[in-house]
Amino acid sequence: MTQTKNIDRARFLALLRLMHRIRAFEEAAIGAQQAGLVLGAIHPSIGQEAVAAGVCTNLERADLLLSTHRGHGHTLAKGADPLAMMRELFGRAGGTCGGKGGSMHIADFGVGMLGANGVVGANIPIATGAAHGLKLQGSRQIVACIFGDGAINRGPFLEGLNWARAFDLPVLFVCEDNGFSATTRTATMTGGAGAGARAESIGIPALEVDGNDLPELDAAARGAIAEIRAGKGPVLLHAKTYRITGHTAVDPATYRPAEEVAAQRAKCPIARMEALLALAGVEAETLAQLASEAAEEMTAIAAKAEATGWPDAARAFADVQDIGDPRERAF
Amino acid sequence: MAQDSYLNAGRRAVIEEMTRDESIWALGEDLGRGGVFGQYKGLQEIFGAARICDTPISEACIMGAAVGAAMTGTRPIVEMRFSDFALCAVDELVNQAAKARYMFGGQMRVPMVVREPIGIWRSSAAQHSQSLESWYTHIPGLVVVAPATPADNLGLLKSAIRCDDPVVYMEHKNLWALEGEVPEGEHLVDLGRADIARAGDAVTIVTWSAMRHACLRAAETLATQGIEVEVIDLRTLWPWDRDAVLASVRRTGRLLVVHEAVAVSGFGAEIAASVAEALHHDLKAPVRRLGAPRIPIAYAPPLEDRARVSDGAIIDAVQGLVAPRTAA
Ligand SMILES: Cc1ncc(C[n+]2csc(CCOP(=O)(O)OP(=O)(O)O)c2C)c(N)n1
Repeated sequence: MTQTKNIDRARFLALLRLMHRIRAFEEAAIGAQQAGLVLGAIHPSIGQEAVAAGVCTNLERADLLLSTHRGHGHTLAKGADPLAMMRELFGRAGGTCGGKGGSMHIADFGVGMLGANGVVGANIPIATGAAHGLKLQGSRQIVACIFGDGAINRGPFLEGLNWARAFDLPVLFVCEDNGFSATTRTATMTGGAGAGARAESIGIPALEVDGNDLPELDAAARGAIAEIRAGKGPVLLHAKTYRITGHTAVDPATYRPAEEVAAQRAKCPIARMEALLALAGVEAETLAQLASEAAEEMTAIAAKAEATGWPDAARAFADVQDIGDPRERAF
Repeated sequence: MAQDSYLNAGRRAVIEEMTRDESIWALGEDLGRGGVFGQYKGLQEIFGAARICDTPISEACIMGAAVGAAMTGTRPIVEMRFSDFALCAVDELVNQAAKARYMFGGQMRVPMVVREPIGIWRSSAAQHSQSLESWYTHIPGLVVVAPATPADNLGLLKSAIRCDDPVVYMEHKNLWALEGEVPEGEHLVDLGRADIARAGDAVTIVTWSAMRHACLRAAETLATQGIEVEVIDLRTLWPWDRDAVLASVRRTGRLLVVHEAVAVSGFGAEIAASVAEALHHDLKAPVRRLGAPRIPIAYAPPLEDRARVSDGAIIDAVQGLVAPRTAA
């Protein structure tokens, strides 16, 4: 656990601000869903913000990222515009995907974010292939692929990791381990020692980190990315964290005791980063201001999204494929 | 008769069958907490964790393990959450479950039910909304069922569980809360038998799943215009009730097939072609079919609505069928 006064104050203030923005974005989205403005499911990452911040801050803009159904934080941290993201959640014009995808399918290729995914584990082979493509082209870019602890029980996890090792591909696999696979405790359904041990069994170095300890995560991600960029092939980062909300924003998560959640809430990465920065001499007022600014920013963004019109219905027929009429048998 | 929901009727079917036959068990993600929609609520408390079995997120292995377990004397109910995720286990279903009995010369059977809910469910987007029933009607060896009412969800699921061949059982997500009359005693509905949901003599509509309800609403409106529509809910898509459909079209001379799935290569094409082949001389108008345009399902409501077959489209299609034809 990081416990030092000698941290890079400017860097971690910026990362704390990013974590606040991620949390505020999701809190605004949850509020909007309760108000009937976000119609589809949302999977909040509240309590897991350090993984997004610590990994993405070490990526270059040109690097690529693949995410999951729980991807708002990753996407924001990779540099996507929160207003476009919020419009996507509202299904409005100007959304990241023009309102076609919603929360579970946000992608912003302009910032190297190659997509959240509605299918658990499906991003792993795609990330592997993206890295394969980059390697074929002699690029110095790398790919980061974030997935949950539940995803390691799907076949594509094994296939993707083996492939990445066999071809020595530039990919950082990040297992964002929040302890749950939807409503099931992942440990009850997982053999062996988990993601890291599985990676090592096929020759991929694995780093275990406290996913709520941002300085630790930041250092581990930086080191791993440097190795990958130097051509040493894939690395797996296993970040242990905790999902404070339910699986979706409407899941009351009654399958776990309230005391467990309360204890975890106290250890959330934002609280811990604030404590560290306070130790390093940052004023309480400065810290409080970061939180309130983020909340204001995202409340305003949600209001703007609400004021945006719907996409033109004719767009339903756009971008299906180049040949063949998508209106075939439309009425 | 008592009122019950579509969801609860399915739950009751599982309880009744698992009570009757100890070799039946269910496996899938999150079943111990009731499953993703609550279809298994409380079942682990009744039957224990061995028979209401939580699984890893491993669709290929859930399906494949069910095939193996069916070969060794148990009767698995496989829960796939969404038909979209069952695509992660298509080899296990199509190459293995569907083929084993035939390929191995009839030495054994694969009695398993694969529950994989289909359908548009507001703003669930392209990977959580698909209706993929026609894929499985194409596969020899599989039975395909798509119930539309609470009573049918009870009676058909029970029959599916008793079936000795693999059954792809497709509930519609938008129907979970639908209430309806459900018989209180033992209730079985034969696989392969359609339900005449409404009698009429002007036009035959053949439909299934959630579209049954849209067709019945359209039929009400059409009745006020003096057009009496017969609505046939197929309920089982393979084998489909050809006799019921042909008998009806022989009387009405007009056929409209309505389904939520993409129209192109939808199961409506099979029905339309079969009727055209069998009843060429009885038809008073060309057969028609309505389904979604060939687009993925979008998230934003105005775009998503473009993929829906509306009541209005059904009414228009029926009116077109009964309109006097102008000479060519
Ligand atoms: C192939 C597949 N199976 C099941 C689901 C349903 N599902 C959505 S999220 C989820 C849990 C995933 O757990 P994990 O990978 O740990 O990610 P987390 O939700 O914890 O972020 C499940 C089972 C899915 N989307 N895709």
